[in-house]
Amino acid sequence: MPRTLASAIIASRTRQKAVEGEICRVRVDFAFANDITAPPAVRSFRKMGAKKVFDPARCAILPDHFTPNKDIASAEQAKTAREFALEQGMLYWEQGRVGIEHAFLPEKGLILPGEVVTGADSHTCTGGTLGAFATGMGSTDLAAVWALGETWLRVPETIRIVFEGRRPPWISGKDLILEVLRRIGVQGARYRALEFGGPAVKDLPLDDRFTVANMAVETGAKTGLFVPDETSLAYASARAARPFAPVYPDSGAGYVETHEIDVGGLQPLVALPHIPSNVRPAAECGKDPIHQVFIGSCTNGRLRDLEQAALLLKGRQVHPSVRCIVIPASPEIFRAALERDFITAFTDAGAVVCTPTCGPCLGGHMGVLAGGERCVSTSNRNFKGRMGHPGSEVILAGPLVAAASALKGRITDPREILSEEEFQPLEVASDA
Amino acid sequence: MRENIRGKAWVFANDVDTDVIIPARYLVTDNPEELGAHCMEGIDPDFSSTFTRGDIIVAGENFGCGSSREHAPVALMGAGCACVIAASFARIFYRNSINVGLPIFEAPDAARSISRGDEIEIRSSEGRIINTTTGESWNFPPFPDFLQDLIESGGLIPWVRSELEGRG
Repeated sequence: MPRTLASAIIASRTRQKAVEGEICRVRVDFAFANDITAPPAVRSFRKMGAKKVFDPARCAILPDHFTPNKDIASAEQAKTAREFALEQGMLYWEQGRVGIEHAFLPEKGLILPGEVVTGADSHTCTGGTLGAFATGMGSTDLAAVWALGETWLRVPETIRIVFEGRRPPWISGKDLILEVLRRIGVQGARYRALEFGGPAVKDLPLDDRFTVANMAVETGAKTGLFVPDETSLAYASARAARPFAPVYPDSGAGYVETHEIDVGGLQPLVALPHIPSNVRPAAECGKDPIHQVFIGSCTNGRLRDLEQAALLLKGRQVHPSVRCIVIPASPEIFRAALERDFITAFTDAGAVVCTPTCGPCLGGHMGVLAGGERCVSTSNRNFKGRMGHPGSEVILAGPLVAAASALKGRITDPREILSEEEFQPLEVASDA
Repeated sequence: MRENIRGKAWVFANDVDTDVIIPARYLVTDNPEELGAHCMEGIDPDFSSTFTRGDIIVAGENFGCGSSREHAPVALMGAGCACVIAASFARIFYRNSINVGLPIFEAPDAARSISRGDEIEIRSSEGRIINTTTGESWNFPPFPDFLQDLIESGGLIPWVRSELEGRG
């Protein structure tokens, strides 16, 4: 039977038939945890009686969430994680050399086309950008992968999302995935995979694809896959840390649903509190003041995101009652942003620029919200209390809307700041 | 096989996310009691002071959506939650619950019918949920064979231990 990309990848790594709905024992190519999820994984690993991880070159710990350590308790967690990584000889990078896991691991060529990748973090699905079956799981599940080199997966049915039309330069990957969320909701793909395709993907920069795949989990999906193409294979080949073999879907594969989205007809979008599917055009969100803007995270902390923010912030001033926080997602991105003077543009505009960390996205540090405060954030979740006080609000947006909102002090369509012609520089974009 | 469970129902809506079950600011520990003290406080600040050990949670669709934090089912167990009945579960939460030993039951009709304060009994071996307050009852499907084996071997940790022993 013709296979979707999800079932084709699983079939390549199991001895079972891998028909949709079947629970398969699947070989795992790469498995990682972070400073929050590694310590419970370490304890589970010990309780399993495991002594060595299955392959130290395929197992990693990344201290990215509460780092640089925000308090004593988080320092203790980072220490537990570090000591285990060193004991096992696993891949580990110290603060200063590490980035947010879902941005950093593809840069290092550690998530590759055709692979099965598991991470103890729900946004592991970001790796689907490169055509890997990358999926998030809990700490004990991850410990089992470290011990055995395999996991169990129920072969998911796949929903196909077809991006049609020509994308205007003020529309980014964030608008595409917010439109998907508006259509199918936060459980539209529960227990399923998303496969993104269509003519508008060809010219969609890789950084935008990372944003789209990143938020697949917000639809309930196991993973969000792009079929490998010239763009993603060139990126993966240039960086690959090990040999890889891309996997493709069969023509005639069956999809449980297909949704067509005309990207030419999209407006800059936001998701209002407190659920990522509460999507509206940025231009229709009223004039209530905002207090903070966060540009960063595993969703939108990449170079093209920073370029978009810089296009708006350069030579302008952040609204006096707004705190604008910019966090490049990795040291490589930070350095590239320095070389291109984006960092100068941000600091001249009155923004704060921080070292790579998940930080404020999950209300950890470097931008926690007080009661009653509203933040426009380029991250992925706007659940109640996500960025701090349960009485605070998070509005999800792409970097153009976020930067425009920082300037105006309210949710703003970027076309209110720039004319349509002025967005053209973004089409010679910095990418991946 | 799991023993029968009896408890008083607390009812929640659709899409209860893991940031509400246990906010990230408390993820500086994985101690069940410490996590349990802050469980559900985003939805109901009095939850941990009024939820009684042995009570059960009943919720709508997509319970446990969001973050992969295993701390979520651990926090529910730390708060004394005997089990969760939901119309459906988010997939990572579903795996995590099996792995850490929080009993979960996917039973859409039961989830929609039960009211706060109802006394609920779950007879695991019969696959039956009974509302002893109203007299209603519902069947729930068994877990797939692979997961049933995993649950019966005591969860993922003992299952992996025996796999490792088998490999010598």
